Amino acid sequence: MSARETAPEQVREEREGRFGPYGGRYVPETLIPALDELRDAWAEAREDPAFISRLELLRRDFIGRPTPLYLAERLSEQVGRKTYLKREDLAHTGAHKINNAIGQVLLALRMGKSRIIAETGAGQHGVATATACALLDTECVVYMGSEDIRRQRPNVERMKLMGAEIVAVEAGARTLKEAVSAAIRDWVANVADTHYVIGSAVGPAPFPDLVRDMQRVIGDESREQALAAEGALPGRVIACVGGGSNAIGIFAGFLDDEEVSLIGVEAAGEGLESGRHGAPLSGGTTSVLHGSLSAVIADGEGQIMEAHSVSAGLDYPGVGPEHAWLRDTGRATYVSVTDADALAAFRDLSRLEGIIPALETAHAFAWVTDEGRIGGSGYDVVSLSGRGDKDLAEVLGLESV
Amino acid sequence: MSEGGPATIAAAFREAEQEGRPALMPYLMGGFPDFETSSAIARAYVEGGADLIELGVPFSDPLADGPVIHEAATRALALGIGLGDVLKICAEVSGDVPVILMAYTNMILSGAGPADFASRAREAGAAGVIVPDLPLGTDESIRSELEAAGLSVVPLVAPTTEPGRRQGICGVATGFVYVVSDVGTTGERSEVPAHLAELVEDVSARSEVPVAVGFGIGSPEQAAEVGRIADGVIIGSRLVRLVADAGGREAAATAARDFLVQTREALAGARVG
Repeated sequence: MSARETAPEQVREEREGRFGPYGGRYVPETLIPALDELRDAWAEAREDPAFISRLELLRRDFIGRPTPLYLAERLSEQVGRKTYLKREDLAHTGAHKINNAIGQVLLALRMGKSRIIAETGAGQHGVATATACALLDTECVVYMGSEDIRRQRPNVERMKLMGAEIVAVEAGARTLKEAVSAAIRDWVANVADTHYVIGSAVGPAPFPDLVRDMQRVIGDESREQALAAEGALPGRVIACVGGGSNAIGIFAGFLDDEEVSLIGVEAAGEGLESGRHGAPLSGGTTSVLHGSLSAVIADGEGQIMEAHSVSAGLDYPGVGPEHAWLRDTGRATYVSVTDADALAAFRDLSRLEGIIPALETAHAFAWVTDEGRIGGSGYDVVSLSGRGDKDLAEVLGLESV
Repeated sequence: MSEGGPATIAAAFREAEQEGRPALMPYLMGGFPDFETSSAIARAYVEGGADLIELGVPFSDPLADGPVIHEAATRALALGIGLGDVLKICAEVSGDVPVILMAYTNMILSGAGPADFASRAREAGAAGVIVPDLPLGTDESIRSELEAAGLSVVPLVAPTTEPGRRQGICGVATGFVYVVSDVGTTGERSEVPAHLAELVEDVSARSEVPVAVGFGIGSPEQAAEVGRIADGVIIGSRLVRLVADAGGREAAATAARDFLVQTREALAGARVG
């Protein structure tokens, strides 16, 4: 029909922001300029000594970094090998999420954005973002599924106390997936003055790269601390994987050390075969969710299915695209742990080490103390991604049933 | 259908233009509120004077859509509506007016992939596809495979799209260019945005194919206002809401037909002079 059919336009396929085939920017056109702007702003900021020194100062004096790498002796004895815990639970606000939130809010202010939005599942990212916004004096709106509001009440109160507005999301299963969708819709409508602080290494490019860059401080510190303590690299590095930001952060420090095995632990929920799980890497398919192509729990027609996990932070049917690529290339291995085993590990670690881990993190410990006892060599480093105070009511409620 | 999608769409816009009006392009969600009703609505659109029909394939997580269309998709999925059902509706009306499928990337990638999606869509008589989460530069192979099968792949231009990028988007457009009237998701707006005329004029100057405007058009009067500057007017959420509120199959079809008739009247002569 048109002249174009005889002389097709060559369009450049965007390769940046891809991890193998995964990643990309599957979003409404309205957001493309904002994603370009964010990519360019981060490329500039990371080379700006003033920005980096501000970020490093806040990491040290506000977050409390570096967090310790702690040799858990009683746990080591039980699993039969030395096990070190990277204590992200000791970071301000009680989880690794603050690393990303502080970095992104600083970046947003540098970009001239006056309003911050975020989604949250377990509430840890919401608290971290509300904290960063209070510190840096910026408006903060947090989207949260109403089911998660119910099961993570203390975190809701903390966010409100710090001045954040909480918007309850009632769509779907009223959990993290819908909260992310609601936040993206807000961003599409308010893109000029708003920055979306996504909480995990998911979403359209450049978010998976940006969040990994903000979280790789976990891995860089761990590597240095591990070498100082043992004079050798660990045999294995283990982290729980929901969206996968604490895992990609700690993995990033060891990616080039091929002798170090990287193990990601997903939520098997009621069991992979039950269909009620949060383990897209182990039991999902390749699909698009929230702007990127990755491992997703979806049906044969591409409809996203509801995830299930006792842990709100792992209750998500997608995962960061870099994890899908690390799985395919074999650089990392992904395993999964059921609700029941994670709950048992939650109690075990509390009694064994005097540390109440987040339910998310308890998945990693459940693997270390069970299947993980077999195989591997050298010593382990486990990412203790967050503290479990927020989960007490939920766990006690389940026990009473 | 013997002609390719681009030619079918071009003919529909030409016919409207010859009558001195913009093309009227109503949207419906396939399978909402149920299969039979949505099929009746598609026929009502034909009777009410639609020049092209935009037919939504329900998706669980439609990021470009506001609450009205999201809810319609959720309800259609709850009834078990799938791509096959939507294509049946497409086949029922595609002989009368060109049908453009509104399908998110997942609908196209799942199953046997883009080529299979395209051949099924062509068998049902679809003329084109709008993929609201597949901007220029992302997975260009999907666009190529759909076009190779004879479908128009209609790209979107947003108010935030920079001029250089507009040029690139217009360069790959087949069928028409879809200009998003305002930032935000689909849904009715109280006013037509002030910057819209400038944007449409710019896109029209860059595009070889017609330019249609959608997002936020909620009344025949707004349609007429937009119709003075655009080659086509897309009405979505307003009609989906009309159907949701109608209460019953007959009432829904009648309400949809009446709304289109009124809008066609309001659009008459909008493009003359």
